[in-house]
Parts: sequence; structure tokens; C-alpha cells
Amino acid sequence: MYGTDRYEEFMEEKDVMIRAETILAASRELNTRAAIEIPKDVQQKVEKMASEETNPLSRYVLEKILDNYETAIKDRSPMCADTGLPRYYAKIGNQASIEGGMVALEKSLRQATADTTASIPLRPNRVHPFSRKDHNNNVGLHAPTVDYSFEPNVDWMDITVVHKGGLFGGEYRMLFPADGIPGLKRFFLDSIAEFLRRGMSCQPAVIGIGVGGTKDVCVRLSKEAACLRLVGDRNSEPEIARLEEELIDLGNNAGFGPMGFPGKSAVLDVHIEAAYAHTGGMPVGIQQFCYAQRRKTARFFPDNTVEFREDPRWFTPYYRRETID
Amino acid sequence: MIPQDQTAIREVSITLPVRDDQLNSLQLGDAVFLNGMVFTGREGLYHMIFEKKAEPPIDIRTLGGATFHCSPAINESSPGIYHVPSVTATASFRFAKYMPEFLSRYNIHFVIGKGGMSSRVYKESFVPNRTIYLTTVGYGLGAIYGKGIVGVKDVAWKKELGLAQAIWVLEVNHFGPFMVECDARGNSLFEQGNDEINKKFLPLYEGLPIPALKRLGEVTSPAQEVV
Repeated sequence: MYGTDRYEEFMEEKDVMIRAETILAASRELNTRAAIEIPKDVQQKVEKMASEETNPLSRYVLEKILDNYETAIKDRSPMCADTGLPRYYAKIGNQASIEGGMVALEKSLRQATADTTASIPLRPNRVHPFSRKDHNNNVGLHAPTVDYSFEPNVDWMDITVVHKGGLFGGEYRMLFPADGIPGLKRFFLDSIAEFLRRGMSCQPAVIGIGVGGTKDVCVRLSKEAACLRLVGDRNSEPEIARLEEELIDLGNNAGFGPMGFPGKSAVLDVHIEAAYAHTGGMPVGIQQFCYAQRRKTARFFPDNTVEFREDPRWFTPYYRRETID
Repeated sequence: MIPQDQTAIREVSITLPVRDDQLNSLQLGDAVFLNGMVFTGREGLYHMIFEKKAEPPIDIRTLGGATFHCSPAINESSPGIYHVPSVTATASFRFAKYMPEFLSRYNIHFVIGKGGMSSRVYKESFVPNRTIYLTTVGYGLGAIYGKGIVGVKDVAWKKELGLAQAIWVLEVNHFGPFMVECDARGNSLFEQGNDEINKKFLPLYEGLPIPALKRLGEVTSPAQEVV
């Protein structure tokens, strides 16, 4: 009896739950850092491109992009005024405990979105699709989006925030096994023709490609591939990794630089994710994430400490598993 | 027309309203910095003027002749006190149909935006009105452009259109760089670039199959533009 009481007292005193106020405060910080601070992996790649680009127009654009990264950090301004559609990716440890549960988590993320829309400021992009009504806080029907994944045997939670534009750079096509890799390459070139001309998708960009699954899954994976992997990261399947490298070469030898000027600096990276598809199909989604890569991740521990980082670490071996367990 | 050597990007500073000889001297690919007054406008502005037939409560004819397809990131610290840390353009092709009437009625000589329009639009409606199209550079340089904004001089239709779509009159100083995409003769920098790119790009399609499942669409060749 005595032992049990002692244990309960101990549990009450010690933090074992990730508290709502911790989530709210850190999510505000995440939005702020994401809007202002360019991740190092992207900055270094653009620096390399600027030093190697020979077309004067393309080079000028790349140099201004680098200036802008620095100005944003120095002035604490959003690097791009189109602060996109803020969204969240939550990876929740199987042993993690969240105060108020998932409903409280979602409320904190919605609250942080509204708070930082005013404080940073973010542009209030979210409107009702028919009436165009704007709450001026980026919160509304199905907004902001929260996607979830889980991780076994851990008690932390990761929240990644992404601010990505929403008008250009996304495409879907139902390919078939007979179209195969050549069909995928053609689709890749078509998406370049559509979105790199005049720089509509704001390249240099990371191109995410989701192959397989269903229509919605390949599009979702293409967005995750574009937004949640570091520049330079290769897929864990060697065959897919080789295709990623081949498409980077293809994309940067297609004649395009930034803004659709002639050049060779269009593609920061290509990230491909695969999902098991219908035996008769090969659906493909393509998404581009521009050079203003607004993404930041925070890891929440049960003692309510928070660690911020630039690598979302979204595609864990568990997330990419093929087996039953 | 496209500069070929490494140091060829010419930077030009212009005080609004622009002089006619300055308009004539601007070349494709020049980087322009503006001083004076610029007003913003996008879907909401054109909808109010052309669909709802409303006149803006501010006289936009006399502001200096420069309009910007964008919505700024606005911070309203207390009612009526605005701070604009960052501004980024939105794609201009959607507004092409309003240009003939808009440019002449409101005396516009600079249209600033993202990605430009076709040279057909330039020749039909920009050239007769002595209007130059300036494209923002890279499109995501919000912080650099924000630095050129001295302050908000006025705002109109804020209640009707919301923060993102309202007309913001911005006082600007060394606001840029904006690249000359359409010159006084209606030439397009992007279209000239496309001609050069296509020589390299189109051969990449060799040997790649047409998709088994076709789709209805307006664009049938990768050489064609989608805007």
C-alpha cells in the first residue's frame, strides 16, 4: 500500500506529459523560425549553384536569392512574403503522452498558426474557396492541415512546420506499368515545361515525386518528399536513389535556370517516395518546393524540454516499412 | 538582346513618375530600382473595378504610375499603424485581360509582378500606353523588397477585400531589383529565353513514350507556354 502511494506521488511530481502550453509556445517559435531562417542544406546548395552558373541572368537571380536569405535573418523578416499555407507534420511516439490528447494538440497548432499570422506576420492566405471570406489568421475549414505518423518504442513527439506556396508546381498523372520509367521521365519533363518556364514554381526547387499507392497517396507522398527531406538525401532503396540522381541530371541539363532564364540551376534535388500500387497502375504525383524552403522541426520530450532542428526525419524505416509489423 | 557576359546586368534607379526618355532607354534584363509611390492590386482590385464597376476611393491615377501585383505581409501593430517587413509578387498572367483598359484609364507606366505576360499582350496593350513590365527577381525575395518599403501611405478597400487583397499605397525607396521583362517595344525577355532553352530542352523528349492514358488539355506541346 505504502509503495503504491509513493509511486503515485512520484508520478504527479514528475513531468511525464507533453503539456499543451509547451506545444503552443514551441509551435509559435517553429512558425517564426520557419518563415525567417533558411535551412543550411538549401542555402549551401544555392551557394554552389551560384558559383557554377554561367548565364548572367540566372547568376544574378541566384545571388539575389542568397542576399535575401541573409537579409531575412538580419531583419527578422519572412524570407518570402507569400508565406504559403502553414501546415504541420506530427510524428508521435507510441509511448508519448500529450496533455489533453490529440484534440488539445490540434487546438495548439491552430492557435499557434493564428498567433504567428499576426506576430511575424504571415500573410493571411487562407480564404473560403467560394465566398473568399478571410479570417485573417490562416485558420479555417481544413486549415491548417495536420498530417500524422507514428514511431514505435519512443516517448517523444516531433512537430514539423512547413510553409509552402500553393499555386504552381503540382501535377498528377495516372501512368501504367507499360509507361514505366520512360513514362515517368516524360511526365517529369512535362512538369518542367509547365512550371519552370517564367519560373512559375520559383526554382531552383526541390522536386518531390510520389510513385504508386492511390491517386491521393502518391500526391501526398510527393509533397512529403519535396518538403520533408534534406537536400542531398537519397532514398534508402538503391534503385530509387539512382533514379533520383538521374532525374537531377536531367532537370539541370534541360536548359533552365531560375525564373525560366537559360541556365543550369533549376533543380536543388529530386526526392522520390514509393508506395505499393494497384497491380495495373502506376499513379505519379509531382510537387515542387521552391528555394524559400520554410521548414523547421521541434522534438518534444516528456520532461517538456524542446529541441529545434532543420532535418524533419519524417521518413523513418518504420514509416517506410513493407512488412506487417 | 539577352546580355551574355558575366557583368552585364545593368542596375538603373528611377524616381516616379518615370520620364519618357527613361522608359525608352530601358533594356530587357536591366535591373530597376524604384523611388516614390507604388500601389498594390490583384484579383480583388480588378474585380471591384471591372466586375463591380466601382472606382477606387483613392485616386490611383496620380500616384506615380506604378502598380504591383502582390499582397504584402502586413503587420498592424495598432489600428491604422502598419509595418510591411516583406512583399512578394503574384503571377501576372491572370490579369492580362484587364490590361488594355486598366493601363490607359489609370495612366500606368510600370506593371510590376511575377512572370510577365505574353508579347502579344505587350504589343497590343502595353506599347500603346507606353507601359513597361517589370518582373520581380526570383519571386521569393520578400525580405529584400521589404527593405525598400519606407511605409504605408494609404490603404483602400481593406474592409471589402481583406488585408491580402486591399489596395496598399506604399512609399518606396531603392525598391528593387525588378527586371525589365517587357521593353518599350513590347519584346519579352522570357520569350527570348524560351527560344534559347527549347533548343536544348525539346531534344530530351526523344524516345520517351506518349502516356498510355491521354488527357484533355489546352497545351499539346512542351514548346508551348501554359500561361
